[in-house]
Amino acid sequence: MEQIKRFIADFGLPRVIIAVYLLGLFLMTPMVDVSLWGALSDVFTRIGMNGIMVLALIPMIQSGCGLNFGLSLGVIAGLLGATFSIEMGYVGVWGFIFAILVSQVFGAIFGFGYGTLLNCVKGGEMMIATYVGFSSVMIMSIAWLVLPYKSPVMIWGYGGEGLRTTISVEGFWRHILDDFLSFPIAGYRFPTGAILFFILVSFVIWAFFHLKTGTAMTAVGSNPIYARASGISVNRMRIISVIISTMLGAMGIIVYQQSFGFIQLYDGPLYMAFPAVAAILIGGAGVNKASLTNVFLGVTLYQGILTMTPLIFNAVLKLDMSDVIRIIVSNGMILYALTRKMKVLK
Amino acid sequence: MKRLRLFFIENAVVILFVILISIAIPASRLPGKFLLQEILTRLGRSSFLVIALLLPIMAGMGLNFGMVLGAMAGQIGLIFVMDWEIIGIPGLLLAMLISLPISIFLGWLCGSIMNRAKGREMVTGFILGFFMNGIYMLFALYAMGSIIPVMNPELLLSRGYGIRNVVDLISVRQALETFIPLRVAGLNIPVLNYLLIAGVSVFIVWFRKTKFGQDMRAAGQDRAVAGAAGIAVDRTRIIAVIVSTVLAGFGQIIFLQNLGTINTTNSHEQIGLFSIATLLIGGASVTKASIPNAFVGVVLFHLLFLVAPMAGKNLIGSAMLGEYFRQFVSYGVIAVALVLYEWKRLAQEENSRSRLWGGKADAL
Repeated sequence: MEQIKRFIADFGLPRVIIAVYLLGLFLMTPMVDVSLWGALSDVFTRIGMNGIMVLALIPMIQSGCGLNFGLSLGVIAGLLGATFSIEMGYVGVWGFIFAILVSQVFGAIFGFGYGTLLNCVKGGEMMIATYVGFSSVMIMSIAWLVLPYKSPVMIWGYGGEGLRTTISVEGFWRHILDDFLSFPIAGYRFPTGAILFFILVSFVIWAFFHLKTGTAMTAVGSNPIYARASGISVNRMRIISVIISTMLGAMGIIVYQQSFGFIQLYDGPLYMAFPAVAAILIGGAGVNKASLTNVFLGVTLYQGILTMTPLIFNAVLKLDMSDVIRIIVSNGMILYALTRKMKVLK
Repeated sequence: MKRLRLFFIENAVVILFVILISIAIPASRLPGKFLLQEILTRLGRSSFLVIALLLPIMAGMGLNFGMVLGAMAGQIGLIFVMDWEIIGIPGLLLAMLISLPISIFLGWLCGSIMNRAKGREMVTGFILGFFMNGIYMLFALYAMGSIIPVMNPELLLSRGYGIRNVVDLISVRQALETFIPLRVAGLNIPVLNYLLIAGVSVFIVWFRKTKFGQDMRAAGQDRAVAGAAGIAVDRTRIIAVIVSTVLAGFGQIIFLQNLGTINTTNSHEQIGLFSIATLLIGGASVTKASIPNAFVGVVLFHLLFLVAPMAGKNLIGSAMLGEYFRQFVSYGVIAVALVLYEWKRLAQEENSRSRLWGGKADAL
């Protein structure tokens, strides 16, 4: 009993509730005639889809910049990469790689500017990040209208101007990762490529945080005074962390698109950061501490809930409350993390 | 000369918007009389909401992104009034009365949570708004009509429970505006709205001068000093948020009765953004805001609101462009205000640290 209590205290009550809830949903699958394998396949597809965007939050949390609510900036870089690739007419693997390459360039540029700005506002990053993200999405909405794209798959047909709100990547690089090495389990597809890619990027991040720069970054986040005394440039580390975060966000959205099948422009990236933030917090990260375990656990739990809730609720109650549950769970989790950290500091 | 420069620096945002709008108005080719009428209406519609933001700023809690909680309370009040079919001014008064306890509770909740997250009240309030939106949806879409009786089937979704996406406020629509009809030079003046706004302005001025108001401003200046002087800082902050939430609830009712419809799931969502952007465009900052800021803000923001789509259409041939530009301005002005605020705060801390190095470790 004592052990259970301590485990709950360490793990955090909200997380325990979420884990138990998800487990309950899985256990209910046979009772309500929902295929467990189908559900699992969906969960894995969504983990592969969203994993890298959650991963993108780690560098900034570690360097003490807080939760990157401005991830939409990275998403915008990704959108630029994706649209460039389609504009050039690259198809298949090369299209996908070209999209990622272009997005990384934009991600680095945006990240540098964004990081420089955040260095001027230490301590107030999160709110500013949110609104910098929001306003960039709007500037880009204007850009999508006026940029001289030519590809007929992307621009509105006759009469309209600018790019479409959603662009299908079918025929370009739809499911390029999901279908790579994928195999069926009980008739449902396992998205091997996407999961492998997620693991690969995670490994790179893991390795990075064991190198000199990564360690220095963690030091800046844990104790900036100590880091400065050890001869680490705090501002430089923070900028690097923001650049990496933005670049990962850019890569993340392209991985998301290849699985989802569509590029969403205009208002699309506005709230992209929030599910990722909620996921990493559900996984046990704090406002200034995050690990890969948090990412894996978080993205599994969060995407698990998102997939399973509508399945089970629809089957049992003929009621789709999944949207409301998603809003309450994800924002409740962010709120919990925001109020908890200050208690520790006090 | 120096004073002139200071004036320009202090009012940079307002001046920028005046310039922007003086370019956009001719480009929009909208008639002046139409604009004037719209501004008069919109002053009556939105000022109350903007004024609701003032108290937390004085209490040093920044821009109250949690005001959407009050807006939700106001909407719940209106929905009940529509269900009970109480028309006109009595209906609005009853809606306010219903929203009052809900607002007080939500305000207390918001204040308590913000007290647990001192120094990051804004982001906490912002997320709290999203969170409570979930609870509100649970209430409006699932509890209403199933657990809570709703008599009027017109309000309900076809499945038998849950409030419709759009609620028509036909019975209270513009009740305030038409209560004292006044036409000056062909323009309708919403007299009662202006009286209410004058009332709340007087209330704010009076409130600031009471013992409690002084405590609140002391807490806003420096929490530690105020605490040492025997002011119950936490309690003061909670009350500031409660008053703000209650006013936001009333403000939302005034706002919606003018529009005539409620979008059940998202009427409240944008209110925080618009009100805050309005106040900032009026020249307020995160730490300093006054009643004139609110009025100047409403005029400038809504002028932009009105002319941006048409100006975009006439200049570049796309109405969407103006619309996006307007949204960009709403978000951007908040971003700029926050950056300036943090920048100033950091500079001050840097200053005090250079005198006593290591005194404020958390700011680095």
